[in-house]
Amino acid sequence: MSGAEDIGPGDGRLVLTVRDLTIQVATETGATTVLDALSFDLVRGETLALAGESGSGKSMTALAIMGLLPQPMARIAQGSIRMGDTELTGLGERGYRKVRSNRIAMIFQEPMTSLNPLMTVERQICEVLLEHGVCARGAASKRALRLLQDVRLTEPERRLSQYPHELSGGMRQRVMIAMALACDPEILIADEPTTALDVTVQAEILDLIRTLQAEHGTALLMITHDMGVVAEMADRVIVLRDGKVEESAPVRELFAAPRSDYARALLAAVPQLGAAPDRPAPSGARKVIEVDDLSVRFDISGGLFNRTVARVHAVEGISFYIRERETLALVGESGCGKSTIGKALLGLVPWEGSIRIGGVQTRGRSRAAMRPLLRDIQMVFQDPGASLDARMSVGEQVVEPLRVHGLASGSELADRAEWLFRRVGLSPDMLSRYPHEFSGGQRQRVCVARALSLSPKVIVADESVSALDVSVQAQVLDLLQELQEEDGLSYLFISHDMAVIDQVADRVVVMRLGEVVEEGPRDAVLRDPRHPYTRRLLAAVPVPDPTRQRPPLPDAAGIEEDSPIFAVGSGPARVELHDMSQGHRAALTAP
Amino acid sequence: MSAAADPAARPRRKGAGDVLRQLLQRPRAAFGLIVIAAMVLAAVFAPIIMPADPFAQSFDGLDLMGAPLPPGGEYPLGTDLLGRDLASRLILGTRTSLIIGVLANGIAVVLGAGVGITAGYFGGWTAAILMRFTDLMMAFPALLLAIVLAAIFQPSLLIVALVIAMVNWVQMSRVIYTETRSLAEREFIQVQRAIGSGPIRILFRHLLPHLLSTIIVFGTLGISTTVLLEATLSYLGVGVQPPMPSWGNIIFENQTYFSSAPWLVFFPGLLIVLLALAFNLVGDALRDILDPTLRGRH
Repeated sequence: MSGAEDIGPGDGRLVLTVRDLTIQVATETGATTVLDALSFDLVRGETLALAGESGSGKSMTALAIMGLLPQPMARIAQGSIRMGDTELTGLGERGYRKVRSNRIAMIFQEPMTSLNPLMTVERQICEVLLEHGVCARGAASKRALRLLQDVRLTEPERRLSQYPHELSGGMRQRVMIAMALACDPEILIADEPTTALDVTVQAEILDLIRTLQAEHGTALLMITHDMGVVAEMADRVIVLRDGKVEESAPVRELFAAPRSDYARALLAAVPQLGAAPDRPAPSGARKVIEVDDLSVRFDISGGLFNRTVARVHAVEGISFYIRERETLALVGESGCGKSTIGKALLGLVPWEGSIRIGGVQTRGRSRAAMRPLLRDIQMVFQDPGASLDARMSVGEQVVEPLRVHGLASGSELADRAEWLFRRVGLSPDMLSRYPHEFSGGQRQRVCVARALSLSPKVIVADESVSALDVSVQAQVLDLLQELQEEDGLSYLFISHDMAVIDQVADRVVVMRLGEVVEEGPRDAVLRDPRHPYTRRLLAAVPVPDPTRQRPPLPDAAGIEEDSPIFAVGSGPARVELHDMSQGHRAALTAP
Repeated sequence: MSAAADPAARPRRKGAGDVLRQLLQRPRAAFGLIVIAAMVLAAVFAPIIMPADPFAQSFDGLDLMGAPLPPGGEYPLGTDLLGRDLASRLILGTRTSLIIGVLANGIAVVLGAGVGITAGYFGGWTAAILMRFTDLMMAFPALLLAIVLAAIFQPSLLIVALVIAMVNWVQMSRVIYTETRSLAEREFIQVQRAIGSGPIRILFRHLLPHLLSTIIVFGTLGISTTVLLEATLSYLGVGVQPPMPSWGNIIFENQTYFSSAPWLVFFPGLLIVLLALAFNLVGDALRDILDPTLRGRH
């Protein structure tokens, strides 16, 4: 394709021209093309989204433009990147230093790792200012403060003297944006700028980027896998797959009528809030998990004698149950304690209260005494790459639970492994392979197979699809659904993604700072949220529909930032849930 | 990229024979194996292959001025200060040095890794006690400790080996401890606990394979340090007792004559370097062979 004909909004001044950009990466089998003849133009003030799943070459494109391709493994094999009269592909490191920050700036995914943890915010911003000679040394501090005000950071004076670890994820990303805009660049490249952030913070950051872009007239190259973010931000979209352009279109055209099969499939796979089908009411009334007044606290020790100085109240007085064949979703933002609950169920963290699994109380059980109960409850973790042992064949790992519990041996194990592999849709030929030989989705299938090996009644799925590409995510969700229908499994589905939860959950529990703020049937909680926090969460979800403007986030009144850390002896005020309607309860006084 | 490249072509299960075959396929590892094998053979058959009596102090072995003879002629590697045949002493010294380098170092590696991995996985009180003990051992001057231990027990090769092991396991346990700490936090270990695996299984089946590369690197580094530590001990009179030769004490006996008779230091030094290098090459290759993510690469 040639991008010359589709020019977006703005005043039409061309700032970047990319032609036939081809990037190759050296591998053991020779040079592999990871980006194949990509061409596009970027005009002042417009937003171009490069969308695609992992391995599509979208980040490579960003690095190539910034001159940051990992040397010597990756190289630009062909093509040109031009900014006005400057050809960037042939530029050396010295030449590029004048371009970076001054003319092109980049925001990365992980604001924690992109900031230097040993330098204050002020020093890091001033460094950029002085390096590029934006202002004199004496004026740098003032200028830094202005920048922080521009990115709407609260208490900017105080932030200047703080270190990155003292800031929240959203604040760090604001600092990154301030640094990127320090030299007022013509182009801003944002590589998955909000992927690591909570959904409400994501909404705020996206709003901020949009506002700043309008103020400065910067051209924005947005790299993302999230079609919701694409719909919200982009003027034009280039859909990439395996380094090839699948489709290039204005955003409305793409979402209304995708021309390529891949774009169509990709859009269809995006879970949409409110589009999920009805779920049949669980038939079994038997409760397989009953949790009553569960609390988990972690001690923070310090001082001269390493005494406990404070406690993190990760989970505070939570009660819920899961019925047979039912999916209960725990939703909340990072640090709300949802993962801790999953770990408490499996006895992986010390806890107080009462947990019954299949009617059996697990309180006060040692690890050894807990073991027989683990046959009824298993867990699938977030990152399938990290939760498999890289040094052991997947076949061995899948049946390891059987070995550990002494349920099978010898040839029986091999039969069982084959059966499990078929069950999750993998070929038994692959049993002798190692985890690195699988794709992300296949690895998660292996993890599901391992969790299934003990024929548990309940599976705790802790963000089990969050690390997967959308198309793969849909497949894994389908698999989980299928297993539930056929084997009568119950799930505790822990996730931050409202759209995914909408698809799978029967009932939803919304958590904040270790406590439940709202719970009830899926339709009641997601379609008729009562608590302001739930409303905020739902309003922040990006909608994969460019014609629909996301409403501004509801006010955070009453749910301001708070911390679950308390001094020894004190704790949070327990919230009280009140009935709103049948089974729908929220932490509000007025129904 | 390496994912589904050629699934069938790669060897899957790894028996001992299979590993050996793969080692021999790599030129550098094969060289290392040959060196080690040659040294082991030399140690075992020392009495047969020694060209002369390593203890005989002959006048033929000294020149008219009473200085040792340079390499060549009757004495292939020259003679030492007492006119003894250097080649024979080096061959016999292989026994001592191999035992020290392999046995003492082996004990140190096993002990260090064992303590480190246990403290790292269990944490809490176990780690506090084990690691404070390790710190104590570290704070003690290694040489002093060795001298004290060697003085208490009657000096013999075994005691020397044990003493050296006692001194050398500490660094290993420190490094392994730190690495285990971070590994134990990783998700695949959490998964094992969620499955219900016991600590023995987690330690040996899941943690140990990931620590292997560190253990191998430290293990091979330890070989040259232990051989030299033995020499130091011998020099101080608490190590291998003269006239029994070891590579280390040959160097120490003759170091003052380095300028006039450099071969006396050069050849034993060369052997120590060769031994460490050989283990290093084999260790490196072994690490790559045992790592499934690197399989099929060289």
